[in-house]
Amino acid sequence: MTFINYAAREINCKIVYYGPGLGGKTTNLKWIFGKSNPASRGKLISLATETDRTLFFDFLPLDLGTIRGFKTRFHLYTVPGQVFYDASRKLILKGVDGVVFVADSQAARMEANQESLKNLQSNLKDQGYNLMKIPYVLQLNKRDTASAMALEEMKRQLLIKNEPVFEAVAHSGTGVFDTLKAIARMVLVELRKTA
Amino acid sequence: MPTSDIILLEEDFRVIRDLIQKLRNDANARVVCLVDRNGQQIACVGEAEALDTTALASLAAGNVAATDSLARLIGEKDFSTLYHEGEKDNLHLSIVGGKVILVVIFDERSSLGLVRLRVKKHAGELAAALEKMQQRSVQARSGKAGTSPFTDITDEDIDSLFGK
Repeated sequence: MTFINYAAREINCKIVYYGPGLGGKTTNLKWIFGKSNPASRGKLISLATETDRTLFFDFLPLDLGTIRGFKTRFHLYTVPGQVFYDASRKLILKGVDGVVFVADSQAARMEANQESLKNLQSNLKDQGYNLMKIPYVLQLNKRDTASAMALEEMKRQLLIKNEPVFEAVAHSGTGVFDTLKAIARMVLVELRKTA
Repeated sequence: MPTSDIILLEEDFRVIRDLIQKLRNDANARVVCLVDRNGQQIACVGEAEALDTTALASLAAGNVAATDSLARLIGEKDFSTLYHEGEKDNLHLSIVGGKVILVVIFDERSSLGLVRLRVKKHAGELAAALEKMQQRSVQARSGKAGTSPFTDITDEDIDSLFGK
């Protein structure tokens, strides 16, 4: 749900990073935080457990620049990936404008990817959204791992609507900004359509 | 899409800001903010310079969302107010008009009783202003209240954001 603020001449959009536990959602946000100009980003808020697992969400506000005199601000959220935090995941999808699915490329995690993708579809539906209709990008993370599955096989198992796909190694930044740019662009294009 | 976009026009912003400023004065509060349930900040008044109001809005919305779910778990519709007591500062969260979160931060210059009383007193006026804002959002989306600045953004405009 985009928020257009004429008083502050700002437009705010919400992007949610979704995916299985330990897939690299928080690492994406940490990389973006670390590499963004401090003047254009807010604090990275992490509601995490003592062992650094996301408990509720991570949140990073980011200014991308100005379009037609309006500051474009993106609010990036992650969800907790662990299966039992489903109630929290559902809440974070409220008002979402675009979703990045961060899949884990390790062969042993394919089932978790698929389960999380199904969970995304079902939770979006509960909030009244249809994944087929909202801006959506697939990121294949951990491409540097020894057991990473072949790209084509991952696409075959995870693609749902010809969405853009990005290979990534989030801890070293590979593919992180490409993914962000792609989803931000899709959200803005959607905004143009619905404006 | 399940929820419609919020469009905050300048005149609505001024009305809302004046209302929460009045509440802040009446309740002797440090800060009063109005936050959308999805975590977007609508307006903030008071000693907010040192406060990260973007983070405040996001966390307040998360707090209310989690508490609403807890309420439903125990068979309640929702908990309409939340109160967090600190050593110096306290936080009072309440739902206005069913859709927006009113955040009041106060210290020893005020009291929970006074804040609750004043919030209750001003909630009706605020809810009416928010309703008006929502109606205008609907009108703006359907093109009846002026043209959106985003109808004619070009691919070049979008590219320029990414330094191409």
